Amino acid sequence: MKVLSEERTRLLFEKLTKYIGANVKLLIDRPDGIYCFREKKDRVYYISERLLQLAQTVKPENLVSAGTCFGKFTKTNKFRLHITALTYIAPYAPFKIWLKPSAEQQFLYGHHVIKSGLGRITENTPKHQGVVIHTMSDIPIGFGVAARTTAECRQADPLATIAFHQADIGEYIRSEDTLT
Amino acid sequence: MGRKAKFDETKKVKKGPGRKARKQHDPVFKKSLTQNDDESKKLSHRQKQRAARRIKKKTNLSEKRKLLKQAKDNVAKSTEVKLQEEINEDSGNEETKGFTDDNKEWLKPKKKGNTQNGNKTESDDDSTEDDNELGDASDDEQDNSDEDQDNASIEKYKIGTLDDLFEDSDKENADQSSESESESKNSKNESYNSDSDEEQTDEDENDDMLPIEKANIKLKKKQKLDKKLADEEMQLNIAKQDVFAFPDEETLQNPTSLQDVHQRIKDVVTVLSDFSRLKEEGKSRCEYTDLLLKDLCMYYSYNEFLMEVLMQIFPVQELVEFLESSEVSRPVTIRTNSLKTRRRDLAQALINRGVNLDPVGKWSKVGLVIYSSTVPIGATPEYLAGHYILQGASSFLPVMALAPQENERILDMCAAPGGKASHIAAIMKNTGALFANDANKERTKAIVGNFHRLGVVNAVICNYDGRQFPDVIKGFDRVLLDAPCTGTGVIAKDPSVKTTKDQKDIQRCFNLQRQLLLAAIDCCNAKSSTGGYIVYSTCSILPEENEWVVNYALKRRNVKLVPTGLDFGTEGFVKYRHHRFHPSLKQTRRFYPHTHNMDGFFVAKLKKFSNAIPESVKDEDDVECDNGNTEHLKENGDLETKSDVSSPELKVKLPTKRSADTQDVPLPKKKNKTKQNSGSLGAVSSSPNNVKSTTGTNKKKRKNKKKKNVVETSNSTQNHNLNESDNKKGTVPKKKKNKIKKDLSSSMPEEVKKAETVRLPSAVPKAKVTKSRKKYPRWYES
Repeated sequence: MKVLSEERTRLLFEKLTKYIGANVKLLIDRPDGIYCFREKKDRVYYISERLLQLAQTVKPENLVSAGTCFGKFTKTNKFRLHITALTYIAPYAPFKIWLKPSAEQQFLYGHHVIKSGLGRITENTPKHQGVVIHTMSDIPIGFGVAARTTAECRQADPLATIAFHQADIGEYIRSEDTLT
Repeated sequence: MGRKAKFDETKKVKKGPGRKARKQHDPVFKKSLTQNDDESKKLSHRQKQRAARRIKKKTNLSEKRKLLKQAKDNVAKSTEVKLQEEINEDSGNEETKGFTDDNKEWLKPKKKGNTQNGNKTESDDDSTEDDNELGDASDDEQDNSDEDQDNASIEKYKIGTLDDLFEDSDKENADQSSESESESKNSKNESYNSDSDEEQTDEDENDDMLPIEKANIKLKKKQKLDKKLADEEMQLNIAKQDVFAFPDEETLQNPTSLQDVHQRIKDVVTVLSDFSRLKEEGKSRCEYTDLLLKDLCMYYSYNEFLMEVLMQIFPVQELVEFLESSEVSRPVTIRTNSLKTRRRDLAQALINRGVNLDPVGKWSKVGLVIYSSTVPIGATPEYLAGHYILQGASSFLPVMALAPQENERILDMCAAPGGKASHIAAIMKNTGALFANDANKERTKAIVGNFHRLGVVNAVICNYDGRQFPDVIKGFDRVLLDAPCTGTGVIAKDPSVKTTKDQKDIQRCFNLQRQLLLAAIDCCNAKSSTGGYIVYSTCSILPEENEWVVNYALKRRNVKLVPTGLDFGTEGFVKYRHHRFHPSLKQTRRFYPHTHNMDGFFVAKLKKFSNAIPESVKDEDDVECDNGNTEHLKENGDLETKSDVSSPELKVKLPTKRSADTQDVPLPKKKNKTKQNSGSLGAVSSSPNNVKSTTGTNKKKRKNKKKKNVVETSNSTQNHNLNESDNKKGTVPKKKKNKIKKDLSSSMPEEVKKAETVRLPSAVPKAKVTKSRKKYPRWYES
């Protein structure tokens, strides 16, 4: 568990900002204690200071995970957000997409969101904005990037992609081994 | 995906007319209108019975009357004759016919006397009749019994008991009949004394019954009932007699079909349930139980060892129930993740997906039972979103017993796959700190996945051997130890348990469990304001892995048992075979598949009252334990030498062990051997020169090496190491050792003695035993 370098912190926050905008600072300034980001084997964990202290008693080679894993830095030094970050992203995300029940399953298998499956979308969603995907019953099931603005969506044909798939909760089953 | 076409049979067919289709009900008429006068009503069953009884009564009555008349006629004739004789004697010429004015004076009382006589005779008749009837009945019975005897003789049944029974019944009947006779006589006399006049006046009509008739009918009824009961009993006896035939060798060796075996199991169980009565002459209980054991093994395909153990836990009747319920799997249960949703909402969401479910019971507020489902329950969006987790009902129990509080520091020692640990986190509402540990690195991934899915954020997941954990971090408020076990409680889930487990496996398991439990107790902080509790649970039902382990810990640490807080489940054993456990073990809880419809489970809750570790005691528990360990030793004795070096923390913590360091000088050589031996395992073999020259660097190297096969070695090494830490093998003075040896050898079976002799100079055989290291199987993986 080491502190992230300046560069990596910047990358991380840039990425997070794409999804939750200015709410990023809410992740840092929390009323229930100090939370911080720590890095271990290129993976970034979001963890409270108190828990971190306890976790540091565990030898690094024996520590599997602590707190919540947000994602990992790739070999090309880009940050990739994991589905495990959804717990923190979903409540803060300003832009959302809701899927029709018929399209849920498709998305959970790793497909993009197409127009026909689109239930609702936040007004004024810009292009290439990070969005959190919900079911109609408001359960967050993943996140992605908007392929079109809200306005464009209205005119799009039924098979047009509305949002690109990035992560979905189906990964908990599909790729359990690579989550952390 | 796509349309939700419901092609399967679970599709609901609409019942009834529908909500909107309001139909007029069929008209209701008055009773008087509907009744049809000319149509005779059909009699109900009871009415028919009553009618039959009435007819019977009538016929009986008419018969009685006839008899009465006959008797009277006879009496009248006889009196006439008598009178005539008397007259002839007295005067000879007088002709008197019946009742005249002349003779009315003396005739009247005579008549009365006559009637009485008649009555007497009549009653006698009656009684004789009764007797006859009785005789008939008993004759019938005897006939029956004769037939039975015939049958029995044909089928080679044992008949002595039957005869006895019949004799008894006959006697009884006879007694009863005589009694009833006298009774009836009395009643008759009385009744006739009072009612005779009436009878005289009107004989013919009279629908209402005479008391004597009533009595008669009563008597007959009674007789009938008796007879029926006797018959039933006889039938029952005969049926049970069938059980008797103890199969001979041939039939045993050539089993025909599983049905036969099943039938035989049933029979033997009934015999064993009332052994003194149903046993076959010359057969001991042992033979029956042996037969049962073999049959059960064959029918349920267990190995004999496990079946023997199970037979010692359960009485036979319960054993069969247990085995039967171990064949069928328990209902699927899920636990609502209270961090993300509520049970009601989840239930609604799942019902909308076509899942048929119900709350698991009053004892849990988060459990749901799934009866049937049209969708895979482990892949619904709700599941993936972490609203619930698939978890056996029994897995709720240890966490409920642990009763975690918010802001506590809690350890789950054997956490994978994280079901119970996430339950703890949910109860703590993501506050405090939760350590989820598991010895198997692969399985920790499951914990990571589940925790993230369920939104548990207050957890640290680590991968230690549980026995090392006190060296890593201590001072937990509560510790949950769901120890690895043989899994005899979850045979339905994993039937391989039936055939694969033997004494050694159990021994290994409970050795490990003991060490884990001691480690868990050491991790706990007795001074915690809210906690200081340890919950020990297994999914095994063997007392060796449960009560005995807890009992062992009770002796070795400052802990006491407290009620688990679970209001159901059966009490833990206090006695088991030759073991006598601490009486407080009653407060532990056992759960069985056949009584609670959940997996076999054991839960014990301990409260630590002092952090001090008491002096080690050596007793019979140790013997067994060491016995188990010696096997390990024999198999991988060298590991101990390694552990001495590879876990320096341990050494520091146990300063007394330092004295053993004097052995360090010869040690490297031994280790060399080990290395050479274990070269095939892929370990790097270093040149002996190096080893000799600088022990310091050597240590480091060994450390590195240890890291490499940490999973392999550490498990088993610490196994012994920790256990021996109390005994301080190097430092134990020889006298004491000898004493121990004596003590042990006096109270040990032979095998143990042998093992002990190998083991007791425990520091010695390290080198000797090294060779067998390769054989050591990786039995402890999780």
